[in-house]
Amino acid sequence: MIPALRIENLSKVYDNGFEALKGVSLSVEQGDFYALLGPNGAGKSTTIGIICSLVSKTTGKVQVFDADIDENFPAAKKYIGIVPQEFNFNVFEKAFDIVVNQGGYYGMQAPLARERAEKYLRALGLWDKRDVPARTLSGGMKRRLMIARALVHEPKLLILDEPTAGVDIEMRRSMWDFLKKINAEGTTIILTTHYLEEAEALCRHIGIINNGEIVENTSIKALLRQLQREVFIFDSVEELEDDIGIPGFVTRRLDAHSMEIEVEKGQSINQVFAELGNRGIHISSMRNRANRLEEMFVNLVEGAA
Amino acid sequence: MNPTEQYRAFMTIVRKEVRRYMRIWTQTLLPSAITMSLYFVIFGSLIGSRIGEMGGFSYMEFVVPGLIMMAIVTNSYSNVVSSFFGSKFNHSVEELLVSPTPNYVILMGYVVGGVSRGLLVAVVVTLVSLFFTRLHIHSYFVVVVIVLMTSTLFALAGFINAVFANSFDDISIIPTFVLTPLIYLGGVFYSMDLLPEFWAGVSKLNPLVYVVNAFRYGVLGVSDVSLGVAFGMIALFTVIAFAYSMHLLNSGKRLRQ
Repeated sequence: MIPALRIENLSKVYDNGFEALKGVSLSVEQGDFYALLGPNGAGKSTTIGIICSLVSKTTGKVQVFDADIDENFPAAKKYIGIVPQEFNFNVFEKAFDIVVNQGGYYGMQAPLARERAEKYLRALGLWDKRDVPARTLSGGMKRRLMIARALVHEPKLLILDEPTAGVDIEMRRSMWDFLKKINAEGTTIILTTHYLEEAEALCRHIGIINNGEIVENTSIKALLRQLQREVFIFDSVEELEDDIGIPGFVTRRLDAHSMEIEVEKGQSINQVFAELGNRGIHISSMRNRANRLEEMFVNLVEGAA
Repeated sequence: MNPTEQYRAFMTIVRKEVRRYMRIWTQTLLPSAITMSLYFVIFGSLIGSRIGEMGGFSYMEFVVPGLIMMAIVTNSYSNVVSSFFGSKFNHSVEELLVSPTPNYVILMGYVVGGVSRGLLVAVVVTLVSLFFTRLHIHSYFVVVVIVLMTSTLFALAGFINAVFANSFDDISIIPTFVLTPLIYLGGVFYSMDLLPEFWAGVSKLNPLVYVVNAFRYGVLGVSDVSLGVAFGMIALFTVIAFAYSMHLLNSGKRLRQ
């Protein structure tokens, strides 16, 4: 099966001489949910801009399904739906018109474009706002409007550039559910995000880009397997002593009923439970201290710098 | 995109443009009607009655075609320059750039939007002029063709201005410092016969001279320049403006990074 996206040796040098991409190569399989991560200025938006024709590449090859952008860009564009980082619609237009017009730009018949606009505005909770000028929508609504607009021609590849930036937690979760649903229905999704928790919750594969180069391109599971150490927080029923001291583990008491325990790669967490059980301490809950991927990301980016 | 899909994309752009200027009609349609009414009152009725005949017609009859053409030129130009620059400014032009709509369809969509506003304002101004004078159309064919060619030419010029503009100041510089002087010196208010030979020659470098005189020929049957030359010059300018606009779109300069 051909990949949904194949990029080979992509480079971009801007007019001011800045080399934003230095031979980026990556491949995204059909049906995948792929995260492209990187610090600010790493080259994520430039890569996406080239894929959807807003940025001209310097060298390299980009293929979207069976369409090479140098040979048949219109065909490639039909496969893609893009949700950019910045709001890029006319704020004086009505939400419904923005989505319907986008359908028109893809050559859709007006009744079909209106039908799809209703479908996606309803799915994204914007149907009640269809007749208001876009400028009156909240930030989260504007982001969802751009998703509805990107989906109106039902693309096979949806690209989202930081779709949940500035969106509250509840809204973010509902957007995640929506994206998971359309991915399950067959749409390949690529997203860039600064929320590593988001990448871990949604994506199966991940590419990390830094200084215009791909420094990691693997599955989330494989990446997490590389972790050397994880920190867990345990909540206890009984009050904890000041010095917990479990042999072979680094421990820290956080308060009367919670503690942090570091588990190195190769160590078994069962040992912790066994030791706590021997001391008559019952654990009511356990969780990761912080996003595991975040530590991995920092290590990779710092290692590449 | 097949031709049917391209037509749908084209009509989407045109409808969007028409909706835009109709939504803000007090800024787009009304000012021309008011300005031209003032021209008719001041130059046609008040001053014109003391000037007497010009080119064999009353002064009011003489200036009406030029003033209608002035409205067409300014409106077709300003519609495209403000709309396309606005879409660059708020980045909504990206909606088109990421779509498979061919560049020539994008260009034609904006141009036809500008032409439609030029024509609509022309109808309004013509209706206003009927309160001041009677219009006898000498050649409907010339009137229709020259109106369409002129509005297309200046809509294209507005597009080029919009591509180069970096700020809202940039979209008012050309209309203020280039277009308006060319219109005033293009024979709207006077016949070329009144100019000394040297300045009459210089005037022939002004494309507005051909536009105004060709339209005046369509309405009154008189012109200071040859009709064939006028059509030829307008067609030449239009082809050049179209080719340059397409070059700007295809190269992506100032539109894509």
